[in-house]
Amino acid sequence: MKNKTFADKTFADKTIAYLTKGTLGFSIISIFLGFIIGAIILAIAGFNPIQAYGVMISGVISRPSYIAWTIIGSTPIIITALSIAFAFKTGLFNIGAEGQFIIGGITAAIVGYFVELPSFLHIPLVLLAAMTAAGLWGGIAGFLKAKFGVHEVISTIMLNWIALYLNNYIVLIEGFRRATSQRTHEIQRTANIVILEQWKRSPEGREWLRGHDFFGDALRTPLNWGFVIAIILAIIVWYTLNKTTLGYELKAVGYNRHAAEYGGINVSRSMFTSMVISGALAGAAGGLHVMGISKSIASLAAMEGFGFNGIAVALIGGNSSLGIIFSGLLFSALQYGGSKIQPALGAPSEVIHIMIGAIVFFIAMPKLIKYILHNIKKKRGAKNAG
Amino acid sequence: MRNIDFDCKVIEMKDIVKKFGDFTANDDINLTVHKGEVHALLGENGAGKSTLMNILYGLYQPTSGEILIKGEKVDITDPNIAIKKGIGMVHQHFMLVEPFTVAENIVLGMEPTATLGKINIKKAIQDVEEISNRYGLYVNPKDKIYDITVGMQQRVEILKALYRGAEILILDEPTAVLTPQEIKELITIMRNLTQEGKTIIIITHKLKEIKEAADYCTIIRRGKRIDTVEVSNTSETELADKMVGREVSFKVDKEDKERGRLALRIDNLVVKDNRNVEAVKGLSLEVFTGEILGVAGVDGNGQTELIEALTGLRRVERGKVEVNGIDVTNNTPRQIIDNKMASIPEDRQKRGLVLEYTVAENMILENYAREPFARKGILNKTAINKFARELIKKFDVRPEDETIKAKALSGGNQQKVIIAREVTNDPDVLIAAQPTRGLDVGAIEFVHKSLVEQRDKNKAVLLVSLELDEVMNVSDRIAVIYEGQIVGIVDAKDADENTLGLMMAGGGNKDEK
Amino acid sequence: MLDSLGFIIGTTLMYSTPLIYAALGGVITENSGVTNIGLEGMMTIGALIGATVGFYSGNPWLGFLAAGLAGGVLALFHAIASVTFEADQVVSGIAINFLGPGLALFLSRLFFEGATMTKAIPLDSKMPRPLHGIFPRNSFLDLVFNQYATVYMAFLLVFVLWYLLYRTKLGLRIRAVGEHPRAADTLGVNIYRIRYLCVILSGVFAGFGGASMSLAIVSNFRPTLVSGHGFIALAAMIFGKWKPQGAMWACLLFGVSNGLVVYLGRADAPFQISVQILSMLPYVLTLIVLMGFVGRASAPAAVGVPYEKGER
Repeated sequence: MKNKTFADKTFADKTIAYLTKGTLGFSIISIFLGFIIGAIILAIAGFNPIQAYGVMISGVISRPSYIAWTIIGSTPIIITALSIAFAFKTGLFNIGAEGQFIIGGITAAIVGYFVELPSFLHIPLVLLAAMTAAGLWGGIAGFLKAKFGVHEVISTIMLNWIALYLNNYIVLIEGFRRATSQRTHEIQRTANIVILEQWKRSPEGREWLRGHDFFGDALRTPLNWGFVIAIILAIIVWYTLNKTTLGYELKAVGYNRHAAEYGGINVSRSMFTSMVISGALAGAAGGLHVMGISKSIASLAAMEGFGFNGIAVALIGGNSSLGIIFSGLLFSALQYGGSKIQPALGAPSEVIHIMIGAIVFFIAMPKLIKYILHNIKKKRGAKNAG
Repeated sequence: MRNIDFDCKVIEMKDIVKKFGDFTANDDINLTVHKGEVHALLGENGAGKSTLMNILYGLYQPTSGEILIKGEKVDITDPNIAIKKGIGMVHQHFMLVEPFTVAENIVLGMEPTATLGKINIKKAIQDVEEISNRYGLYVNPKDKIYDITVGMQQRVEILKALYRGAEILILDEPTAVLTPQEIKELITIMRNLTQEGKTIIIITHKLKEIKEAADYCTIIRRGKRIDTVEVSNTSETELADKMVGREVSFKVDKEDKERGRLALRIDNLVVKDNRNVEAVKGLSLEVFTGEILGVAGVDGNGQTELIEALTGLRRVERGKVEVNGIDVTNNTPRQIIDNKMASIPEDRQKRGLVLEYTVAENMILENYAREPFARKGILNKTAINKFARELIKKFDVRPEDETIKAKALSGGNQQKVIIAREVTNDPDVLIAAQPTRGLDVGAIEFVHKSLVEQRDKNKAVLLVSLELDEVMNVSDRIAVIYEGQIVGIVDAKDADENTLGLMMAGGGNKDEK
Repeated sequence: MLDSLGFIIGTTLMYSTPLIYAALGGVITENSGVTNIGLEGMMTIGALIGATVGFYSGNPWLGFLAAGLAGGVLALFHAIASVTFEADQVVSGIAINFLGPGLALFLSRLFFEGATMTKAIPLDSKMPRPLHGIFPRNSFLDLVFNQYATVYMAFLLVFVLWYLLYRTKLGLRIRAVGEHPRAADTLGVNIYRIRYLCVILSGVFAGFGGASMSLAIVSNFRPTLVSGHGFIALAAMIFGKWKPQGAMWACLLFGVSNGLVVYLGRADAPFQISVQILSMLPYVLTLIVLMGFVGRASAPAAVGVPYEKGER
């Protein structure tokens, strides 16, 4: 650690100081600007932006099942965002949430399928296994940084691809693979976290749901306990970072590793710990995704984007636990609502990626926002004077 | 041997005001410099001298005021214009591209080119050799910057300006990193240059050099010009009083004291630097309780590596470090702190503080996991804040607020936070590395007083400083470090600057004790 | 045997090409001190525009240039953010990685009746193969050298960029700006102009890289086409120690594994090995090599740090 390494010098180190600051005001202004950019793009392409946004909003809130889908969609990205934010706060840039998510998913699929236990043991076991495996996976990057000065951005990019191919390898193993498909067998019912999964398929469940429109509609979705776990994880992350000696250590290393080292904190161990925790969080996201939505894993042609989307969610949420919950819901709402403008208006739903890109882009430039605000103030001042 | 042409006002800066936000760095400053003169700008750290010169060089734009070069009003909006007007600047922190060669650094921005934008490197080397011979500033154009000494780097900086045809040279704190002998050489070079009709402005806070080198001196305090004086008619004390705005005594009050037992023993220590070259080469030193041992030396002679090795931040290759008879060689910083050794680090912003943390959080940097600050891994904010408030009171940290971030404090107050924290650990050995760097006079006095206090409390204090005056004023004994070894130890009472200077340049006698 | 080798070398060259373009983009921008994690997004927009212009104009060269232009425009945004507004360069790059693919798919739907896959370019308006038909079909030389023009241009670009960075006045200034912008500034070098130039060029190169996929390797754009090549190029650039020739070798390493995967995936392959495991290899190898020496390699000292003129 004592040599000047690549790790000392490059981008993430310097940037993190800013990333951890993220303020609510800038986020809100950036979101607003993102919507304006989206509207402009839609208008240029010949669509009515107000109509499009109307479709998106009603596509998210007009039915209980829509809201449920939004919540379901927000769960994995809230957790990967927590993973990324945790690493950010401790001075590391975890681009590897994507791969750690995959590892969590693989582990959950294996433990969910091969192990047979009652639910109250099986579910925690699957989750813990997914978190442990992904934690170790993330720990590799922490170890490489601490020991060899390999920058975590590069090592996690590599680890993402290794995880993807590992996933594809495991999916195809005979005995795990579902015959004639590129998928594995589904996990045992005991590892399933969908709310009232058994009951809602039973005759009496169906009967009851038919009589209750709200629940009937909401529970048609694979609404699951994942979101509750995401909130619990958000609280744990907040508590750990702000109230514990571990958080004090990790943040000190993140803000200024030289001072932390001088103060007697073991910097290498902190980096490792931090990446393990960050990886475990992303792994939880992957595990919950398997337990709640996909039930199995499939061969992947490309990255699914849970990790990368998590980066955006973390940035928009200002890296705070509370902010991430809201920005995760926003992101998911955009994705889910955005998918509806295609069939309704023929407007490309990818406009939401442009909007998200624009929001992140503005978040990167507090100086621009300050400049804009300054000019607005000036104009107002001039008006008032005139 | 003055060669001043009083009819030619090379530079006139009139009513210069420079504001950074609410802060006024230059408040209505006037400066006139004649051709062939060496003009000193004197002021404390942060007084605004560098800002003024950065304005002259076009790096900053003045908020108001005007600049005349040889009587002609000019708008220096960027360095290119300054260069065209014959102004060259040697910055305090050298502006050299480390992986480039000497020649590449000198020609950068004015490269001799052949076809296709190709650099004519042969021509560049020739040009550099030519001017370096003309002014007696010898350099090897093909050396890489990171391979040459600091003194040599400074020559490269001066050559950069001369290559651009500079008539006016601004030298920002040019002697900070030089040995007394190198300083003499620099003064000779400056004299040569003025003989050639060049004009020189030096920015400095060292009075002695002004007496030796400058013809005129303009004193700046808190952004305002206080006076311009002819140096030969002014005493050092007068200059000092004008710089600080009150009478200053450079003597540190301390009473004679018998030293006690051996507290820190360094035996034949070998430590490598970042480039894996031995920087500390078999250094031995003993520090006793109740004394301040000052280590004098020119920057880059192994001081940084020595301190880092002592505090557990850098690996010891060979040799031994003992605190109170306990071997702490290659222990972790944590173990060393636990063995009652504390340190005030060389770079307070890099090592000493987590700037993004509050003052209170910084106060517990070494003790965050101990009771009462934490129990079972959970921090106790009430206890932490109470502790911090006490220290803030005791050490007069301003503002009196433990919840503000450390980065919001002034340099002097940041240093107070560090000292408070380190001293409160009640160490037996206190290492102070360049503890007054960049501080103003008031803060310097506080730091010196604190060091003496620790000595009087029977602590062993090891002071490592590049400021020879500081070492001479504060220490009981003085050790001189040169090329990673102690080349001599003298009693502070018997020390004189010339002998020390000679030793710092490698002319000392190793056997001397 | 020789044919097999020829096949592997040939596919290696083909698959390395897009990476080389993008990695060179990384080299030039990082040498000027601006990090560009958005290469992926710039490649994607380049691939779409290349395929679209190529399809509608029937001229692959026009498509290729348009792709560079598109990448450059996206890079301009990165430059505005990171040079003018002192943005966090990593965050801005991440934004570009949302914007690039988002725009590409958005435009694809507009240009191709709602499809996210562009229509295939007819064979005769794909990138030409300058040495096609010179060597006997499927001979060793044919397998190695019968490449699309983009392949040759990529290697030419490696040389050009090397010459630019290490032999010219502009190159010296670029590297000075990346190492010590203040030093360059005090000598009157225009930091902003150089960084804008380099960032935009990095987008142009990345756009070329994208087009070298959609106009040559395949003949259309689809959402998964670029999938991660920009990130691999970024890794290759670091692996290659920020030097054009180094980046090229690193790209060839990634390319050769791709070549092997294709080769061993053929029915007549001499032995069977899990394609998944083989695909993993270059990434594992990169990690191991990074542990060994690149960890201590030096990035340009000022990379990732916005330059503030009025800094005190």
